Amino acid sequence: MERRNFIGMGGMALMGSALIPDLLMITSCADAKNAIALMMNHFGVSESDLKKVMAAALENGADYADLYFEHTFNNYLSLQDGAVNRVSSNIDYGVGVRVVVGDRTGYAYAENITPEEMLKATRTASRIASGNTGTTAAVNVSEPVFTDYYPVVRSWEEVTVKDKTPYVQKINDRCFAMDRRVAKVIASQSDTTSYLLFYNSEGILCCDYRPMASLSAYCIMNDKGRTENFHSARAFRKGAEFLTDDVVETVCREAIDGASRMFTAVKPKGGEMPVVMAAGGSGILLHEAIGHAFEADFNRKNISIFSDLLGKKVCNEHINVIDDGTIAGNRGSINFDDEGTPSRKTCIVTEGILTSYLHDRISARHYGIPSTGNGRRESFRYAPMPRMRCTYMENGNASEEEIIAGVKNGVYADKFTNGQVQIGAGDFTFFVKSGYLIENGKLTQPIKDINIIGNGPKALADITMVADNLLLDNSTWTCGKNGQSIPVTQGLPSVLVKKLTVGGI
Amino acid sequence: MISKEYKNLAHQLLSFAKKNGCSAARISVVTGTERSFEYRNTQLETLQQSAQNQLTLALFVDGRYGTFSTNRMEINELKKFITNAIDSTRCLAEDAHRSLPEPERYYKGNDAPDSGYDKQIELLQPDDRLQMARATVEEVYQTDKRIISVTGSYGDSEEHSYLIDSNGFEGEKAQTTFTLSAEVSLKGNGNARPESWWYDASLFWEQLQKEGVGKKALERALSKLGQEKIKSGTYPMVVDRMNVGRLLSPMITAMSGNALAQKDSFLLDKMGQKIACHCLTLTDEPHLPMTQGSRLFDSEGVATRTRAVIEKGVLKTFFIDTYNASRLKTEPTIGSASVLTFRPGDKDLQGLIAQLKKGILVTGFNGGNSNSATGDFSFGVEGFLIENGQPVKPISEMNVTGNMLTLWASLVETGNDARTGSSWRTPSLLFDSVNFSGL
Repeated sequence: MERRNFIGMGGMALMGSALIPDLLMITSCADAKNAIALMMNHFGVSESDLKKVMAAALENGADYADLYFEHTFNNYLSLQDGAVNRVSSNIDYGVGVRVVVGDRTGYAYAENITPEEMLKATRTASRIASGNTGTTAAVNVSEPVFTDYYPVVRSWEEVTVKDKTPYVQKINDRCFAMDRRVAKVIASQSDTTSYLLFYNSEGILCCDYRPMASLSAYCIMNDKGRTENFHSARAFRKGAEFLTDDVVETVCREAIDGASRMFTAVKPKGGEMPVVMAAGGSGILLHEAIGHAFEADFNRKNISIFSDLLGKKVCNEHINVIDDGTIAGNRGSINFDDEGTPSRKTCIVTEGILTSYLHDRISARHYGIPSTGNGRRESFRYAPMPRMRCTYMENGNASEEEIIAGVKNGVYADKFTNGQVQIGAGDFTFFVKSGYLIENGKLTQPIKDINIIGNGPKALADITMVADNLLLDNSTWTCGKNGQSIPVTQGLPSVLVKKLTVGGI
Repeated sequence: MISKEYKNLAHQLLSFAKKNGCSAARISVVTGTERSFEYRNTQLETLQQSAQNQLTLALFVDGRYGTFSTNRMEINELKKFITNAIDSTRCLAEDAHRSLPEPERYYKGNDAPDSGYDKQIELLQPDDRLQMARATVEEVYQTDKRIISVTGSYGDSEEHSYLIDSNGFEGEKAQTTFTLSAEVSLKGNGNARPESWWYDASLFWEQLQKEGVGKKALERALSKLGQEKIKSGTYPMVVDRMNVGRLLSPMITAMSGNALAQKDSFLLDKMGQKIACHCLTLTDEPHLPMTQGSRLFDSEGVATRTRAVIEKGVLKTFFIDTYNASRLKTEPTIGSASVLTFRPGDKDLQGLIAQLKKGILVTGFNGGNSNSATGDFSFGVEGFLIENGQPVKPISEMNVTGNMLTLWASLVETGNDARTGSSWRTPSLLFDSVNFSGL
């Protein structure tokens, strides 16, 4: 069978199943070589095709170029009105060509992976370069072996809609069984599998098999003429072993408890006050207040509020903040980033000092240091840029009880939906779906639906207590930047922020 | 327009789907090309260009329903794709409410499908495009020593779409979009680098604002220098026309058939009732010529028409497609809004501000959200404190909090300065007594 036809014969789930056993267990050089060979066969390209395109990418004079081949399958199942009654799937396939000259990028992609289409895209991307003396492509190809941070037990290709449906149905049935006030349940399950092949002008050739799975429950409840809603989800880079009764129970419990609490919740009186951020989803504080502003593209352009603060003290010396792409099965993990750099654990704040920005190749070259492996992209349709992975703060030595006990009047925030930041001004916000008032050192009245706003460097410096209860939040966090969405996670031990502006009435 | 080859492909696949178990099917093909040039300070920083294809199927199989899409356009592969899609759909529960629209609701006119397509896009050269981005930067670069970074971006795109279904609908559309934008970052107090942006977008090259976008972004960034939060309290609020969409969006979402069917809408029982000030008249005008959002039919092929959405504060329309009409046991309207227009008042932004002794002008939202079931909202804001009819001080790091129904009931006046480059043609608005949290 011709190579390209091999791809053509597949459908959503069947496609590529022949590849899977080899891709699931890459532990040696020989395995990696074998996997790359299979992936090249899958995309219908040879080493000489790659070298030819690379030579064309560099011929106008460029410093660097890469090719990013992707074949992604997404499947989505959902339930409304008590039955699993909608399914959707999407297939995306193509190759992105990037040509880099200094800080400058030319980018194009092709949806048909033929030598002609690749060369056409390459000619477009290489227009960024114009006669500069650039680099030449590496003669030798190297095939590095990466640690697999998301080994798959049972691939999504082996699972049918029939296998998945019961878990979605169970979400509905459990929610209705848990509380008589439940009026509607919207349940959904999503799985994504990406086949990736990467080659660059340094000769690095590597491949990845990236799974993603999520399960979510959205519950609408009625009580005495009032309606409230609550959403809960879990997401991991895992195969179908992700689907268990335990994860169903977790999202149902969280949705029901969350919606129930909304009925007794009020809006607080607004204004500046101490805020205790509960362990877990509160990591959104790090993501918005400092994470984005630490992304080195903003800093090399000198437009981040942290641009002059590298190596400087930015907060209490007991605080350490990490951006980690190596946590097993985590939604934000990557074996290598989308420009072939191995994933790693990066300390961005060490004992209160800003020790590292988050780098891609371009910013790393600008600062003359190695990339931190944060060059990520949504798909082959986009050029990579510095992005977070799993961002969290390490434990401190206080207890959550003593933190709360020290607050006379303030709020305790534990469930969040979304956030945003202005990189240069430093103002960031996050939306608190629910929490509690703190009165005289105790949690009292539940609160709901309020925005909290602060300024990044000030908020960071205002973290005065850190508890010993770090929790990563494994919900479906998705980070948006310049029109690209990527999966991330975050975490925090409970902390006290001395002063933030809380929305209210 | 979509090529003959792709149209044939769509028809072949429709027959294939029918022959292989679908009682009904809808197929759309979308192709497009996008180009963008981003120039920063003194150099072209990024250029991007690409063409894309997407084929989407909605399949009705044994009373069940699924949607499937791919960018792989080869016929044999697509047939296999459809076979698998039918198998997947068969694993679902039945949903008696799923069907194609009644054919009498389809658009059947002969209007030109490419009235939003500007052939100029085919004549522009890479250098023309680059020059647009560069000129935007050069309007302001180095004109003020506080400027750190100026980015000018020019982009254009064309999108061609074709829609057919097994009830005999056939429709197509071609559209261009031209966009010019600027972002300016300044050296502010301490480590702060206040930033702002401006942009213009148009379906037609001639209508695109080609000068002044850089200047406007700089002017907006300069006006932010010295931003501070002020005392919490209840203030009259003017929202400029660029930002009204943020307040309108929860209302429009609450009018959608799906939200109503899931009882997840604060407008659930409000049809025919007063949901806003009598000064608010909001209309869906899908046939405004040369306008972003204009369309002859929706994503089901149903003919669009002018509809009163809110008339003198009274709710007149829910956006209900075929599926949700069946679930809600009501008549369908249209799947979603096309072009939303406000009945204009008689003042522009300055006029709205001028009459306030004290108030807050909101020129930007920063995060926040709204509860779809209750209408409770809380958003971060920035803007200006108004005193004696004048903006006197830039403010930031504050929140506005309230409820959508209370907010829109407190609308006092609509401006006459509606946006033109957007499908939501929002004017500036003045609201009475809104809760601001700051110091």
